[in-house]
Amino acid sequence: MEEILTVKNISKRYEDITVFQDLNLSVKKGEVVVIVGPSGCGKSTFLRCLNALEDIQDGEILLDGEVVNSGNKDLSKIREKIGMVFQSYDLFPHLTVLQNLMLAPTKVKKRDKKEVQKEALELLERVGLLSKKDNYPRQLSGGQKQRVAIVRALIMHPEILLLDEITAALDPEMVKEVLDVVLSLAKEGRTMLIVTHEMQFARAVSDRMIFIDGGKIVEEGAPKEFFENPKTERLKKFLQTFTYGD
Amino acid sequence: MGLEVLLKGNNFIRLLLGLSVALKISLVSVVISIVLGVVLGILMALKNPVITVVSRVYLEIVRIMPQMVLLFIVYFGSTKALLINLSAEAASIIVFSFWGTAEMADLVRGALGSIPVIQYESSMSLGLDKFQTYRYVIVPQIIRRMIPLSINLITRMIKTTSLVMMIGIVEVLKVGQQIIEANRKSSPNAAFGIFLVIFLMYFLACWPISMLSRYLEKKWEN
Amino acid sequence: MDFEVISSYIPKYIEAFWLTIRIGWIGIALSIVIGIFTAFVLHFKVPVLSAVSKVYVELFRNTPLLVQLFFIYFALPKIGISVKADTCGAVGLGLLGGSYMSEVFRSGLDGVAASQTESALALGLSKRQLFFYVIFPQALSLSVPGVVANVIFLLKETSVFSAISLMDLMFTAKDLIGLYYNTTEALFLLVVFYIIMLLPVSVLGSIIEKKLVVFGH
Repeated sequence: MEEILTVKNISKRYEDITVFQDLNLSVKKGEVVVIVGPSGCGKSTFLRCLNALEDIQDGEILLDGEVVNSGNKDLSKIREKIGMVFQSYDLFPHLTVLQNLMLAPTKVKKRDKKEVQKEALELLERVGLLSKKDNYPRQLSGGQKQRVAIVRALIMHPEILLLDEITAALDPEMVKEVLDVVLSLAKEGRTMLIVTHEMQFARAVSDRMIFIDGGKIVEEGAPKEFFENPKTERLKKFLQTFTYGD
Repeated sequence: MGLEVLLKGNNFIRLLLGLSVALKISLVSVVISIVLGVVLGILMALKNPVITVVSRVYLEIVRIMPQMVLLFIVYFGSTKALLINLSAEAASIIVFSFWGTAEMADLVRGALGSIPVIQYESSMSLGLDKFQTYRYVIVPQIIRRMIPLSINLITRMIKTTSLVMMIGIVEVLKVGQQIIEANRKSSPNAAFGIFLVIFLMYFLACWPISMLSRYLEKKWEN
Repeated sequence: MDFEVISSYIPKYIEAFWLTIRIGWIGIALSIVIGIFTAFVLHFKVPVLSAVSKVYVELFRNTPLLVQLFFIYFALPKIGISVKADTCGAVGLGLLGGSYMSEVFRSGLDGVAASQTESALALGLSKRQLFFYVIFPQALSLSVPGVVANVIFLLKETSVFSAISLMDLMFTAKDLIGLYYNTTEALFLLVVFYIIMLLPVSVLGSIIEKKLVVFGH
């Protein structure tokens, strides 16, 4: 299958701190790749580099064969193709749910308002939030906000979705409602790159697992292998931190 | 440009003395305001209904009445109503303290209310008694919030005292006018030099204080 | 109190009231324009303009309106810049107010969370769209309480206009006290008219502040 995203030997440094070095990754159309790793391993920074919210020092990121970097003039054209959802939702507080969804399609893509609204309402219904369309973000629970944020990314018809620890700020009882949405997206064949700490979810949703530690890809593989037969000591240790008792 | 007038005789000294009249009035008023304001602020934080209503009315009066109007009422009104002849200085100090106390009280109340309950609870749960909680936890936090704002009040007080010329106190603006008047023939452009210098004098009096207030606010953030 | 005296003074006060209101609100409108412009320039660190704005804000925040008016009205004509008293009042108030509004709008701009910028960029919004659709509306509503406080402050500051011989409320009161010694009546009307001018703004301001959505965190 065709590759949507190709990352070649990229490195990220702040002054004299290296966040990661020589990372390589490719994501095929329809593939769901999950990245796990200890806090501070650089996985979130990596995601942010992919749509040029952070610049990279070496290497190359290609989306559909086009170069993504912060100097690119058509950056917003490229960003339209990359949907991103953040840990802290970051809905626009001055806009209603519906307005949040319609802002980018109408202003960036200049799409017809009626048509966008119709699509927005359909998507809201799908994530069970149709009744909240005229509410402001502050009137929603964390889980509801995050579902809106996912829809806000989807409605731009991105070729790939980047999800950055989207459940990390949620109360436990709200995690499921958000992950269910992501699982259904995976089923319909969306291309996604996900950073998460929810191991069960990672196993259920992923086609391929990647473990990053110390700014490097330490291990990768199919989820079953990855969780049941980790090859490296570091991954074994990491996975053990998620189990209690034994 | 009319700057030469400043070098004539003791004109520059006279302007400085004029400024010092305004500064003296503001200093006295600030001290009174801080003392009374802290007391009133604490009283307001007690949430006694009578005090709440009275202080609300008082604060609203100060909020909407120009100091100039208050100055007129106290200065011209007192003669008529109380049959006492209040000096202009006394009238200004009364008015500026009346205004400053309200501002200060509101700051104190705000600062008291801004300390989260969890701060009280966690110090109590550490075994600190009520006095210790205030002494070591609450009051230091309040003071850090208060000091920059109170310093800011000083600059506003200094700026406001420029109004006293309107009730006849001979302060820097009035002295300036006198100098301009006296030199009308020899330096017809004196107004430019004099008012420029007064402008800068006020700036030099207030700016360092503003900077200090901002510096402390930044330093004590969080 | 003599009500006949009061009713005979009322027309004079009404005239002065409109003058004060007119100049006051022109000055306030001016101050908002200056405030937004300088806040924008300072927030985005536009070269040269931000340095000029910085000096302007410091100069006008740290000097009294009365002194500013004297400078504009009495000093500037000596170097060939003459302004009429009412223009001087509006411009003076606008310049003083601009320096205060600038601080308010700037902290409004600073108050919008950085993550808002990121999520807007991630959606593909351009820098311009980001500013006009996301940052600016939020900054404006964060600024509302400060703007309301400044509007009240500036309306009160209009009371020094009489110093440059504008026939405002203070001027009228002083005139009547000096001419006819009807001190009580003159002061009473002065207070009444200032209440009419400021109480609605104060009440309206409190209502807006309460209704105002506190965004974000």
